[in-house]
Amino acid sequence: MSNQTTFEPKIVAFLCNWCTYAGADLAGTGRKQYQANVRIIKLPCTGGIDPLFLIKAFERGADGILVSGCHPGDCHYNTGNYHARRRWNVFKPLLEFCGINPDRIQFSWISAAEGGKWVETINGVIDAVRALGPFEGYQKINAIGPAGSGEGFVSSSDKGCECK
Amino acid sequence: MGKKIGVFVCHCGTNISATVDVEKVAEEAKKKYPGVSYATTYKYMCSDPGQKLLRDKIAEEGLTGVVVAACSPKMHERTFRNAAVKTGLNPYQVEVSNIREQCSWVHQDKAQGTEKSIDLVRMMTEKTRKDRSLEAIKVPVTKRALVIGGGIAGIQAALDIADGGNEVILVEKDASIGGHMAQLSETFPTLDCSQCILTPRMVEVAQHDNITLYTWSEVESVGGYIGNFNVKIRKKARAVDLDLCTGCSSCWQVCPSKKIKSEFDTGLGNRTAIYIPFPQAIPSKPVIDKEHCLLYRDARKKNIPPEESKVCRKCYDVCPIAPVKAIDYAQEDEIVEVKVGAIVVATGYKELPNNVYGEYGKGKYKDVITGLQFERLASASGPTEGEIRRPSDGKEPEIIVFIQCVGSRDPAKGCSYCSKTCCMYTAKHTMLYKHKVHHGHAFVFYIDIRCGGKNYEEFSLRAIEEEGATYLRGRVSRIYKKGEKLVVLGADTLTGSQVEIEADMVVLASAMKAQDDADVVARTLSIQYDKDRFFSELHPKLRPVESSNAGIFLAGACQGPKDIPETVAQASGAAAKVMALLSSDQLEREPVIAKVDRLPPPVFSTCIGCFYCQRVCPYGAIEQEEIKARDGSVIKTVARVNEGLCQGCGLCAATCRSKSVELAGFTDEQVFAEINSVEFN
Repeated sequence: MSNQTTFEPKIVAFLCNWCTYAGADLAGTGRKQYQANVRIIKLPCTGGIDPLFLIKAFERGADGILVSGCHPGDCHYNTGNYHARRRWNVFKPLLEFCGINPDRIQFSWISAAEGGKWVETINGVIDAVRALGPFEGYQKINAIGPAGSGEGFVSSSDKGCECK
Repeated sequence: MGKKIGVFVCHCGTNISATVDVEKVAEEAKKKYPGVSYATTYKYMCSDPGQKLLRDKIAEEGLTGVVVAACSPKMHERTFRNAAVKTGLNPYQVEVSNIREQCSWVHQDKAQGTEKSIDLVRMMTEKTRKDRSLEAIKVPVTKRALVIGGGIAGIQAALDIADGGNEVILVEKDASIGGHMAQLSETFPTLDCSQCILTPRMVEVAQHDNITLYTWSEVESVGGYIGNFNVKIRKKARAVDLDLCTGCSSCWQVCPSKKIKSEFDTGLGNRTAIYIPFPQAIPSKPVIDKEHCLLYRDARKKNIPPEESKVCRKCYDVCPIAPVKAIDYAQEDEIVEVKVGAIVVATGYKELPNNVYGEYGKGKYKDVITGLQFERLASASGPTEGEIRRPSDGKEPEIIVFIQCVGSRDPAKGCSYCSKTCCMYTAKHTMLYKHKVHHGHAFVFYIDIRCGGKNYEEFSLRAIEEEGATYLRGRVSRIYKKGEKLVVLGADTLTGSQVEIEADMVVLASAMKAQDDADVVARTLSIQYDKDRFFSELHPKLRPVESSNAGIFLAGACQGPKDIPETVAQASGAAAKVMALLSSDQLEREPVIAKVDRLPPPVFSTCIGCFYCQRVCPYGAIEQEEIKARDGSVIKTVARVNEGLCQGCGLCAATCRSKSVELAGFTDEQVFAEINSVEFN
């Protein structure tokens, strides 16, 4: 199995500018330590996240993704976070269908005042993805190449995946 | 043509350099990232010499893009962008990589922090390579403000803005301005008469050259955007011509319907069907209450226009204005359209009614009254002319019980919050009572005493120590009637005993609640409200008077429970914001907005006209536009973004099925560039 001791998950976090990004800033100001496996991409609103961004991140080698925005009712753009949630409901079955364990993507609401919650959440995501092991779906498909049968797209190490 | 990007890594003293090898970050950037033609580090990039370094290098090296690796962009993005502008570089070619809040401060391990910083700088470099120059959007400003609500908040805001030389339109839904403050007897902690300090301000509003006052009016709709709002105001028919009426009082003296419960006197006093709410009302001109007026009732019954009814007409007959009477039964609602540049919302609060608590009689006992009702009893202009008398039989109450936190801090009754003013107004009530009924005794049931204002604590202690009010810490479980008395059953949690008081009167310190129609108002104005339906400020600390809709400001208790000083302070704050906005001829807005793609002639767009974007847009910023052929026939209908309305959330861009909408500053190209460069290896 590919769950080597050296495995360090790679997490891409898509954060909204107004709440979670500011929450992560607050964690910094408060010198709250967390694991360094995350790369943050700032967007104005989680509602503006194209699902293709998430797929692209997986393709580029991410093992897990966090999407985090404002609490329900707190969205700077009134309803953007609700759209993000609705889009996720549609996107999730597609992800499962593609053989990507939806547990690799997590959502959270973290306000600008919740530096502590950011640290807990991101550490939680990193630990959870560490337990899932590396995401190899795209590497395999790339290895098989265009002439490949497509088998093996679903990583056998992707134990958490329960899609049929 | 490739970009020449300069990377400037900040030490931030040792804030960054202690846990991130800044030299290595700069070196890596120079060595490995395509497009980076210059890289350096500096002790404090945000300092004056730091900014000079930035400017000099942009000029010397001919940089067309800049990445500053420093603190959060929320701190100094504007600083660095402004510095770049001075050299002629478009500010939107400057990006900040946040290696302080995201690396040096949160990761102790230097190797890890350095590696992550290198990654972050690379991501931002890649994004910068795709950056396009953007021009700030300029919109003209209408130099007129709208204030919604004529309580003390609205009055203060309107006067401040008007004194600043701007036109103000003040809209009040009731027949007079003044709001709840006009109902109060005395105000804490100074015990000065509320009307004495308020009514001169009301007169000032009426007489101010810059203020147009619309009472008995409501805001029907608000369109447009900051600097350019289009507002429709419904002037409800008062059946009295304000221009002709002199307020001589003849009409309401002859009105036969004299037993209508006065809203101003909280139901404790009566008024007529044609009435002014209170003697000092502004405007001091009456309005006809069409629910109770005999003529209107007759007209409704017979289904005829009111002017044809022959019933009563006493007010019309007695009106001395000639040749045209000021009473006009045929008057209809009128819609006024105005353009304003800014809006202040000051719609205030409502008091929790006393029929909410079943255990306190649910409003059945006449002698269980609310705080506002007590204010009317204690007020010299009230139904008892300031004498404290029981509403049931007019007797002077010898034992009076005040109950605090009625509704407030009680999630079961829908207000989990503290109403903030009740501790103080109850202390005031006990004093007013003791000043008028010297031999009487006041008991106060409290949960906590919260007196966090200037001279507030002293005031509350005065009620206990000097006026001898008995404060009992605990809740009241039940009130029931026993003969003429009200038995109050409560707990004293400090002695651990049950308390039973036979009282003559009970005053509930009722919670301040949001107005019943607060959600409707919020939707009309496209502003947010919280779980308690109070309007949400943009930032709880740093932007407390701005709403989520740019150009709309909040004042007073519509944002949350507030006392008078706080309300006035916030109203003046809102007025200052409005004046700052109205002081400029043109408004510059961040060009981070969405755009539907367009190709030059023949005009074309990949937009397929599904208008999903229109459905998701929270601001109604997506318009439909017809693309026409030369002969004028419509080829197709496509989406277009109204630059003035768009706030740049990107919902439309993410929703667009044909990838025809892009958000400037966060285009797909830019975001993909960032994701692509997250290499992790």
